[in-house]
Amino acid sequence: MNTLVLTVLTLSVLGILLAIILYFVAQKFKVEEDPRIDEVEKMLPGANCGGCGFAGCRAMADALVTRENIASLFCPVAGDGVMKDIAGFLGKVAPEKEPMVATMRCGGTCQKRPKVNHYDGALNCAVVNTFYVGESACAFGCIGYGDCVDACKFDALHLNTETGLVEVNPDKCTACGACVKACPKGLIELRKKWPKNRAVYVACRSKNRGAVVMKACKAGCIGCGKCEKVCAFGAITIENNLAYIDFEKCKLCRKCVNECPTGAIHLENMEPLPKEPKVVKSAPKSEEVAK
Amino acid sequence: MKTFPIGGIHPSDNKEWSKDKAIEVIDLPNEVIVPMIQHIGAPSTPLVQKGDKVLTGQLIGQATGFVSANIHSPISGTVTAVDAFPNGQGQRRIMIAIKREGDEWMEGIDRSTEHKRECTLSAQEIVAKVKDAGIVGLGGAQFPTHVKLAIPDGQKADTLIVNGVECEPYLTSDYRNMLERAEMMLTGIEITMRALGVERAIIGVENNKPDAIAHLNEVIARDSYRGIEVMPLKMRYPQGGEKQLIAAVTGRQVPPPPALPLSVGVVVCNVSSAIAIYEAVQKNKPLIERVVTITGKEIGQTHNFMVRFGTSLDYLLSLSGGLPEGDVKVLNGGPMMGRAIVDTTAPIIKGCSGITILSGKEAARGKESACIKCAKCVSVCPMGLEPYLLSRLARLQKWDMAEEHNTIDCIECGCCSYTCPSNLPLLDYIRIGKQTVMTNIRARAIANKK
Repeated sequence: MNTLVLTVLTLSVLGILLAIILYFVAQKFKVEEDPRIDEVEKMLPGANCGGCGFAGCRAMADALVTRENIASLFCPVAGDGVMKDIAGFLGKVAPEKEPMVATMRCGGTCQKRPKVNHYDGALNCAVVNTFYVGESACAFGCIGYGDCVDACKFDALHLNTETGLVEVNPDKCTACGACVKACPKGLIELRKKWPKNRAVYVACRSKNRGAVVMKACKAGCIGCGKCEKVCAFGAITIENNLAYIDFEKCKLCRKCVNECPTGAIHLENMEPLPKEPKVVKSAPKSEEVAK
Repeated sequence: MKTFPIGGIHPSDNKEWSKDKAIEVIDLPNEVIVPMIQHIGAPSTPLVQKGDKVLTGQLIGQATGFVSANIHSPISGTVTAVDAFPNGQGQRRIMIAIKREGDEWMEGIDRSTEHKRECTLSAQEIVAKVKDAGIVGLGGAQFPTHVKLAIPDGQKADTLIVNGVECEPYLTSDYRNMLERAEMMLTGIEITMRALGVERAIIGVENNKPDAIAHLNEVIARDSYRGIEVMPLKMRYPQGGEKQLIAAVTGRQVPPPPALPLSVGVVVCNVSSAIAIYEAVQKNKPLIERVVTITGKEIGQTHNFMVRFGTSLDYLLSLSGGLPEGDVKVLNGGPMMGRAIVDTTAPIIKGCSGITILSGKEAARGKESACIKCAKCVSVCPMGLEPYLLSRLARLQKWDMAEEHNTIDCIECGCCSYTCPSNLPLLDYIRIGKQTVMTNIRARAIANKK
């Protein structure tokens, strides 16, 4: 019985003593930290994806609280609303950014871009890219081993085994940009997110001349310039045999879509414009392409 | 018999397919496509335009950087295009297409077969001639030779090692050169020794080529080449690697990059490069052709061709009975380090010592399974690295850790992938790790300078 009392007593005294020491040590080495950082961190999505350019949400919260001007800081995952809330909470001016979405700019499906060789190495796009151009004859097209799919933390990218291409789910995409960095061919671009996930973009990155493109892929941009001529907003430019639609200037008028002879301009979640009468002659042809 | 101290494997050498085929000079192709990058370093600048007439041996590509090499027209005729053409890997690069009209050589090139041994040029003059001739390492690395021969102030070489190892299975171009062009080679070595100011040259040859060793010894004794000796080496892959060869021959260890072999007083040069040096210095002949082995178990005929650069692979295959039926793997080089070719219209370049054709079955990789931590890859790595770890780190994109574990020391010999019982593509991933780490180091160096 005596031993028991003694043990309890000793340990209690020891505990109290250590607690006192710890208290003073904690006072001595206290780190002053803005309590708002914790609050802001809670408001951020907590994905730690690095899309903002910082190591994680905590680092971003720290920057948001400590920097005076936060116009250059933006969390693409949280989006405009949350950024405004945070700015309001901190009494600063919120950065304004349009919502963006990752867009895969290659339309070379297995049917349109036939395989010309068989690859037997590690199933990884970056590895393939160190060896050669890939299984098709196009040096710019999607390799299809899904480095971007692995990089996505939001389950927004998936490999379609039928087409051999990666597809983006715009509802899940947060435009963090991880896939943009992961793609060794630089095929993924962050583009403006239109309402109802509408989009018009050139699904090709091939800088080769038309004849070379046609040999390798039937869905590639041949740089013919028809779209550039028809665009009333000057949104389309042709550089290095490749058309590019500037999403800042594009108004989704869809005129270019019907003009494209190879179908390289993709239209999403929108009906194409009705064909004009003079195009009727070549209508069966375009149906073939669609098949 | 000597060999390098750690790692290495012993693949079957498969040289019997082409080793007895004498070097054949082939009919010139009707068209050549000459790439402007046939060396490591910056691409050369084209000096001709469409429609220009060129002569054989005329300078058509000017070296642009310090580590860059001149390129000469391999045939005479008219330039039909200066444009992007696909290389063996399907990547489009700037090349010059020339349509052949006869075979007229530039003035000043000595085409006689007479052997010229006397050389009274100074070291600088020799280096300048080698530079003008656009000579690069013909073993496959394509490192410009004049950079190797120009020894910076304050450093000194004492030994020239000549690489006649040809440890890569299947290839026999160096072997045929040693047998058939030994005099040219030995004079080339003498000239190189003169340029470097060294008294001693050692030709390392693996003991699977006893007739080459005997022939070289005979010629050395007969024509009294002083200071040159032939050292037979125990057969082991990758003995032809620069660092491995230095370790095997001299026992010296080259420190990790960026140190060069010169830091241990050694310069290494390939046997075929020695012949090119002889031709450049004594005959004023630029580097426009080389011996290329066409080999493989399934191919109709195997050959050792003397090929002008820019000749398309299709042309060489048509002279060898074409590709065998079914799936084949066509390699630029041998099966260990060769790179697969996806476009057979691609031209032969300076670093191409052979074309190996494997059947789909031979070339197929085994099914990948999990690493069983057997450490076989560690025991075969000639650089003393841990391939399983480096490959894993590259997969996980832990570049900092990969750098700590010296991934840039990897010589990409492929011993690890060859030996792995789980068929893991170890080297595939290590190569990405190596490239990324190199990029990071360079970026850091630039940032530090600023």
